[in-house]
Amino acid sequence: MTAQLEKPTAREALVRLSGVRKSFGDHEVLRGVDLQIDRGEVLCLIGPSGSGKSTLLRCINELETVDDGVVFLEDTPIGHIAEGGRLRRMRPRMVARQRREIGMVFQRFNLFPHMTVLENIVEAPVRVRREPIGEVRERAQGLLERVGLSTHADHYPAQLSGGQQQRVAIARALAMRPKLMLFDEPTSALDPELVGEVLDVMRGLARTGMTMVVVTHEMGFARDVADRIAFMDDGTIVEIGDPATVLGNPSHQRTRTFLTAIRR
Amino acid sequence: MSQVLTPKDVPLRRDRQPYAERHWGTWAGAAVAMAIVAALIASLATNKNLDYGVITRNLTAGPVLRGLLTTFVMSIVGMVIGLVLGTLVALARMSSNRVLQAVAFAYIWFFRGVPLLVQLLVWGNLGLLFATLSLRIPFTQIVLVEANTNKVVTATVAACLGLGLHEAAYMAEIVRGGILAVDVGQGEAATALGMTSSLAMRRIVLPQALRVIIPPTGNQFISLLKASSLVSVIAGGDLLTAVENISAVNYRTMELLAVASFWYLVIVSVLSIGQHFLERRLSRGHQR
Ligand SMILES: Nc1ncnc2c1ncn2[C@@H]1O[C@H](COP(=O)(O)OP(=O)(O)O)[C@@H](O)[C@H]1O
Ligand SMILES: [Mg+2]
Repeated sequence: MTAQLEKPTAREALVRLSGVRKSFGDHEVLRGVDLQIDRGEVLCLIGPSGSGKSTLLRCINELETVDDGVVFLEDTPIGHIAEGGRLRRMRPRMVARQRREIGMVFQRFNLFPHMTVLENIVEAPVRVRREPIGEVRERAQGLLERVGLSTHADHYPAQLSGGQQQRVAIARALAMRPKLMLFDEPTSALDPELVGEVLDVMRGLARTGMTMVVVTHEMGFARDVADRIAFMDDGTIVEIGDPATVLGNPSHQRTRTFLTAIRR
Repeated sequence: MSQVLTPKDVPLRRDRQPYAERHWGTWAGAAVAMAIVAALIASLATNKNLDYGVITRNLTAGPVLRGLLTTFVMSIVGMVIGLVLGTLVALARMSSNRVLQAVAFAYIWFFRGVPLLVQLLVWGNLGLLFATLSLRIPFTQIVLVEANTNKVVTATVAACLGLGLHEAAYMAEIVRGGILAVDVGQGEAATALGMTSSLAMRRIVLPQALRVIIPPTGNQFISLLKASSLVSVIAGGDLLTAVENISAVNYRTMELLAVASFWYLVIVSVLSIGQHFLERRLSRGHQR
């Protein structure tokens, strides 16, 4: 692996990607991505389908292993150990330990259908972090209140609407007290009238200072909530900046074309 | 050319039972079936060659009940071996390790391919191949335990081994199918929460796979129970062996086969009821 090993530069950086490359077979999906996400920042990732947004998120929590480059969380490279100027693959158990710090919300919710809402939320803190169940239950109830579902603790996921399921999925990720939350098109699988309730929860979360990377097509949300917006195309970040500039006055033709297409 | 009907041509009056007159064939079929069943019952009930006293007397005879217990225990042990080993073989087959994959594949190929009767005979006659079984420290002559093969691998043990190893080959494929039926998003969500792959398998994937695994497993259990009657070839002490021993003396073959059939049907019925409740429990959280 030919990665640079210097520590993240800015002190407030929580995540830093450096020269990240990823291929599936012959198809290079990420072509050298450099990106820094600061603590407390909300970064929205936009871009056409197939441009590599999901893959980028999945490289951050090691659901995919990068081919080249490094992802740092705080000062530690994800999935690797720096040893004598080289990066060595970590044991799977250690990678799992790193993932605890990073919550992820999927487009299709992926709640555990054989568990109630409360069991879904309590599962990982109890089984993975080995926290006492009583404490976790209390915290889970608090989280359910936060996402507006305190009366649904004993429901099974199949009894909830898509919007409710996604809010439970957010609560489930938060129960691990992550440092970073990744959202992969969290409202794309929802009926239009249910999008708002999920975005509201995410807005509230952003206000608490959570660091968030959100892949989304909801331009209104991106404009209001994001600190920065990154436009991805063909495996690279074409343009990154504050929402007003990227959405209102983009400097690249590809960004303009994309924005025109989705506003139509 | 067919005539085109306009709404005006269609009569407005509706039949209350539009297709009532079409039940003709069904009625005829039912009548024939009932006639056949009645004839069968009559021929059995009035059959002078069938001694019902022999049946009722042997139904609860000591050797029969002991055989019944052996059959039941053998099936349970065989099924437990099949489930545990089958799950391990399925996990090996799905692992990323090529050696494990190959071993699992070979296991399924062999134990599914060789007829169960042949496998039972091999286990029952293991003493012909190895007179003694011993556990020794590798590459030395120091023997830790040594025993006569025929003492260790009794007919019952041979039967349990034979049934279990054979069953595992089938269960491996059933378990693998169940695991593959679980949405990959489930494993990913578990992984993203920081679960190790074994915890995710145990807590998230396998419980969901179980819903798919249980119905065919019920079938497997029933066919294993019935296949356990093959054990009579190695004098396994099972239900069929027990009734055959009795009929060898009193020559009432049909009566004793009826006794065996009765008990096989009883166990299968009990198992089916158990399966029903298990499936209901596992369907928690799933809407039909
Ligand atoms: N596991 C995979 N195997 C093969 N190709 C993949 C895999 N995951 C993603 N891809 C491909 O990588 C490209 C980028 O995918 P993705 O990151 O999902 O894009 P986006 O989320 O921006 O739509 C697509 O062309 C997709 O087909
Ligand atoms: Mg995507």
